[in-house]
Amino acid sequence: MREVAIVSAGMTPFGELWETSLRDLFVQAAREALENAQVSQIDGIYIGNMSGGQFVGQEHLGPLMADHLGMTGVPAARVESACASGGVALRTAFFEVASGASDLVLATGVEKMNDGADVTNVLATAADQETEVYHGVTFPGLYAMIAHAHMHAHGTTFEDLSAVSVKSHYHGARNPRAQFRMEVTLEQVMNSSMVAEPLRLLHCSPVTDGAAAVLLCPLERAAEFTDKPIKIRGSGLATGSLALADRPDPAFLDSVSLSTSRAFDMAGVSTADIDVAEVHDCFSIAELCVLEAMGFAKPGGAAELTQAGETKLGGKIPINTSGGLKSKGHPVGATGIAQAVEILEQLRGEAGKRQVKNATIGLAQNMGGSGASSVVHVFERV
Amino acid sequence: MAGIVGYGAFVPRNRIKAAEIAKQWGKDPKSIERGLLLKEKSVPGLDEDTITISVEAGRSAIERAGIDPNLIGALYIGSESHPYAVKPSGTIAIEALGIGPEVHVADFEFACKAGTEAMFVAYSLVEADKVEYAMGIGADTSQGAPNDALEFSASAGGAAYIFGKNNLLAEVLETYSYTSDTPDFWRREGEFYPRHGGRFTGEPAYFKHVTSATKGILDKTGYKPSDFRHVVLHMPNGKFPLSAGKRMGFKKEQLEVGWVVNKMGNTYSGSSPTGLAAILDIAKPDDLILITSFGSGAGSDSFILKATDLLPKRQGLAPTVRSMLDNPRRYLTYGEYAKYREKIILNTGA
Repeated sequence: MREVAIVSAGMTPFGELWETSLRDLFVQAAREALENAQVSQIDGIYIGNMSGGQFVGQEHLGPLMADHLGMTGVPAARVESACASGGVALRTAFFEVASGASDLVLATGVEKMNDGADVTNVLATAADQETEVYHGVTFPGLYAMIAHAHMHAHGTTFEDLSAVSVKSHYHGARNPRAQFRMEVTLEQVMNSSMVAEPLRLLHCSPVTDGAAAVLLCPLERAAEFTDKPIKIRGSGLATGSLALADRPDPAFLDSVSLSTSRAFDMAGVSTADIDVAEVHDCFSIAELCVLEAMGFAKPGGAAELTQAGETKLGGKIPINTSGGLKSKGHPVGATGIAQAVEILEQLRGEAGKRQVKNATIGLAQNMGGSGASSVVHVFERV
Repeated sequence: MAGIVGYGAFVPRNRIKAAEIAKQWGKDPKSIERGLLLKEKSVPGLDEDTITISVEAGRSAIERAGIDPNLIGALYIGSESHPYAVKPSGTIAIEALGIGPEVHVADFEFACKAGTEAMFVAYSLVEADKVEYAMGIGADTSQGAPNDALEFSASAGGAAYIFGKNNLLAEVLETYSYTSDTPDFWRREGEFYPRHGGRFTGEPAYFKHVTSATKGILDKTGYKPSDFRHVVLHMPNGKFPLSAGKRMGFKKEQLEVGWVVNKMGNTYSGSSPTGLAAILDIAKPDDLILITSFGSGAGSDSFILKATDLLPKRQGLAPTVRSMLDNPRRYLTYGEYAKYREKIILNTGA
């Protein structure tokens, strides 16, 4: 397999974009990526999208988006893995280029959530319909259970959870594309409206519209499109039991651990080599669990890492400098690609007020459901 | 120049607290009160409806105007809860108020904007010398679906305004309307409860139209926010009008008298008209007043008014809005409220 680079990116602002439709969001992000690389012909498009069908009644996004981009005829298909759709779209594009089958492939993600759908119910389709949703649980409920399990097993506190949100907003306030560009205090987080005990409003990622796109090509051709390419060094995907009750330990995300070791094996790196990481903080507790499953902290140790400020800009391992899903927003299918865009900007030195000094190797971890799928990519500055 | 020669308002005496509704649905009362800035709302009794409210308000308006009701040449009621889908509310009102038969009557609808709509047409008719006096009323007994956010705010009440050219209590200096096709909130024929687009009712609907209409009337007249002594905006909840007011450069002191929502709820077509009545109840001569309504669908009507020397002499001739909000009220349990609002399915027949 040949080496693959990301040579350009495009991304819409994330937020409640009342005036922009699903297809317009896609075109905005994809066009930006193509224009930045000055490319007008591509060999393929992958579109990460969790549920165009249930949010806005639109399936069959491959041809729709290719057509609206002005690329009717180009091979295009939607990729789905719930909230990990974007990351899996990136992986699919990566292998198509690595295999030699295609040269220029756009890996994109898009979600239009604010158009009248019952968002909670649509998102719940990522859980087990027969054993979980049938009994009335929704995602805040599932992650609340994970939080309780983690707090019980490791003594993680409500303040620990809240500290994650404070850090996320600190970063997001410095991201011009973020949905919530304001810092929050620990008190504001802890006193926000109850959602699912112990998770309150400010522990939960919001409902967001947005799209992101990255252009992949063989590393040997990257110089044709940019003088600042980044290399995809590794990709790892793993599944876990869909239902939380079927996991060996509800406080430990096996799929995250497995996908990380697969990506690290392919990349030939370990946690010590990572300078900056975007992880899937759909709820504050998720960030703590992911950091532990990836090996950045031992089980139960992520709270201490966070409270010590190590995951904040300036710390040992800045996590979610984009603001994470919490502050940047979480247009489900777009998140995995947006994470890649943040790492691209970090490794290129273009992250402005969020810049991690000398970032050379970065990581993006994108997760579906309550941890049933996880996809990890390792990137390196060329 | 035409203006207001008489005004009146009516808010039913029954109430239910936001905390009582919250308790019913397992919601945290503090979060509701903090999020919506609502404490209690009015509830119409079994024998009260948009028409009875219009008549009470209309009577007070006639008292304050001190005119023979027979001189009123037009009467318009704007509401989204007219008791009949076909059969005008206005005809019952004119009989009860001693107006007509030589009178033009029409019912108006435009979600919450129907009140100022009725006022706009009544005013314009008088301005055009088509009739000597015309009455525009905004009144509602709107429903909120059980366990929906709107259940905390949808309430009952209204206000009536008689326009004329002589002995004005407040001059109408200018009007301005801003309208677009924005489907944020609707109720189809035959449906009991309205539906809405969630957060779509905020920025693209309420804020867009309220700020555009207000900006429009300020641009048209050259007035600045600081010129006004009192400002009242449509009040779907406690937060929106304060937020919109602040955004447009108005201060708390300008907004506070008209801000009657936290003890009244959202009386839909009666909302900003009742807030205006609360302002007229205490306004001083030469006070400049701005009112901007909002109706889903969507649109806003703005009026700029100036209080006259005659106003203080007429304020006390009928009940004030504050007296209806602060004087003894009757608090209902959720069960009584559900009964009065006909939310309980009764067996019909033997």
